[in-house]
This record gives sequence, structure tokens and C-alpha cells, in this order.
Amino acid sequence: MASDNSQQHPLGTYLWVWFLLFVLSVFSYLVDVSGLEGYLKWFLITLFMLLKAGLIMAVFMHLVWERLALILAVLVPPGVLMFLALLMAIEGQHVLSSRLAGILP
Amino acid sequence: MVDSTLRDPFTETALRGMVRDFGSDQRAFKEVPWGKVMMWAFLLSDIFIFACFLVGYMTVRITAVDPWPNASEIFALHVGGQDIPLLLIAIMTFILISSSGTMALAVKFGYERRRVATGVLLIVTALLGASFVGMQAFEWTELIHKGVRPWGNPWGAEQFGASFFLITGFHGTHVTIGVLCLVIMAAKVWRGSLDEEKPGFLTGRRGRYEMVENLGLYWHFVDLVWVFIFAFFYLW
Repeated sequence: MASDNSQQHPLGTYLWVWFLLFVLSVFSYLVDVSGLEGYLKWFLITLFMLLKAGLIMAVFMHLVWERLALILAVLVPPGVLMFLALLMAIEGQHVLSSRLAGILP
Repeated sequence: MVDSTLRDPFTETALRGMVRDFGSDQRAFKEVPWGKVMMWAFLLSDIFIFACFLVGYMTVRITAVDPWPNASEIFALHVGGQDIPLLLIAIMTFILISSSGTMALAVKFGYERRRVATGVLLIVTALLGASFVGMQAFEWTELIHKGVRPWGNPWGAEQFGASFFLITGFHGTHVTIGVLCLVIMAAKVWRGSLDEEKPGFLTGRRGRYEMVENLGLYWHFVDLVWVFIFAFFYLW
């Protein structure tokens, strides 16, 4: 099994991931510099963010080599937080509209 | 066994292993050292704290009636006669990613029992982390001089300052604690406590190179949180 206590992996894997993290960071910085707006900007920011987070968790934190039980115990609860974020976004829109209704004529 | 290839976690053996893990009495996550499981449990609780902050930030930003200040302009650095947007933040991001890389290598060399290399890499990681905190202190000073307060700022929605100081402050605290732990771990590695399995003076646990990996998990987590802060707070 891949659940061995000592996590030993080739140096090249780490260096590649390190390099990719740099490249992705440059990309996400370029999104800001290029002055993109709207959905394309938000999509690219989220894409690069998730790719970076995935690389860090999978390789640097050795998650792809861990037992499936540990992977799920780590990833499922934060996944549920996405639902919280969705609810709060809907709630936020509602609060904003009622606030604006109080201000606008 | 050394398993170095990136593998598919959803093979039949992996699924059976998962069912056995969650279905077993006494001990789930078989063969995983308990220290690592505990570190993951701690990180999971920390994920929830940071998620609460970020979701709270999202909510106040959505509900703010005043325009949200433009982070790209506020965090611009004046270099060579022109403003370069987010320059300091970009440098901080690269520093933290570099420190994550050196930490990953420290863990690897630790398991290979290369004591000096591990110690040096831990110290390099700590230095990079300390410089990150230093830049954050500089950034806070700049912003406070520009008039940003938790209750207001010159550009728009008051909630900007509150979110900024809370989120980056909490993250900076994590980095600072990480730097302290890195220095302590480097000293342990340096004097051979992990090779000789000497008990630590505080907990009495025997030194093992797993400790470097567990500390590495914490450090990578700090980097991970910065990825989200960078995206949601500075770029969005």
C-alpha cells in the first residue's frame, strides 16, 4: 500500500511542482496586471488558485500517497464549506438588495 | 515500500482499505503515524477557522453598499517613478512558495537521513518565512499611514480594513508560529536528536524524522491559506 510511514519520492517530482507553482503564481499575477474584468477574470483567478492548492496538497503535503480514508477525511469537510459559502452568497445578495431598497428612492 | 508514482486513489484496493479504515474498531487510518493524523485533524480545524473568516469577508463584501476599495491600486508599490500593482504582494507570494519548496525538500532529505541538508533547508525555510512576516509588517505600516483602520479607510467600504487586518493578521500569526517551530526543529535536527531518537524536553516523545514531515504539513498549510487569501483578497 501507499500508506507507508516514510514518504520518499524523487527529487524531480518536488522540483517540478515547485516550478509549476511559480508559473501558476505568475499567471494569477498576470490576470491582475492585464486588467481583465468580469467572469473571465474571476474564472481565471479561481482556476489558478485551485490548481495551486491542489498541487500543494497532493504533492507537497503527500496527500496523493496517503490512504483513501485520510484523503476523504481531509477533503470532504472543506467541500461542505462550499455549501456554506453558497448559502452566504445568496443571503448576502438578499441583504444587499434590502439595504439598497432603504437607500435608493 | 517506496511508492513514488502519482497513483489513482480510487483503485479497488484503495476503496477496500477505506471501508476497512472507517469500519474498524480502535483505529482508523491504519499504518498512518498518529502524529500525522493529529496534525491533519488540527489543520482541518484551522481550515474551518480560515473558511469562517473568508466566508465572512465574502459576505461583508457582497453586502457592502459603498464601493469596495481597489486592492490592485492600494497595494501598488512605487518603483522607478511608476506604480506597479500588487508588487509587494507578488513578492510575498513568491517567497512563501519558495519556502514551501525548501520545506518539501527538507522533509525528503530528512527521511534520507541527510542531517545537515535537512537542517540547512529548515533554516532557509524559516528565513523566508521571517522575511514574509517582515514584508507583511511593512505592508501594514504603509496601510496604516495611508489611513486604513478596522473601522474605516479613505476609499470606500469600511469593512475593507476590518477584513484585511483580521485575515492577514491571523495568517501572519500562523507564519510567525511556524517560523518559531522551524527554528526549534532545525536545532533538533542539527544536534542529531532525531537520528538518536532522543526524547524532547517538553513532551518526552522520541525524536523521529516524521516530526519534520508533520511540521512540513503545517508549513504547507500556511502556504495553502495564502493561496486563497491572495486570490480572494488581493486579486478578486
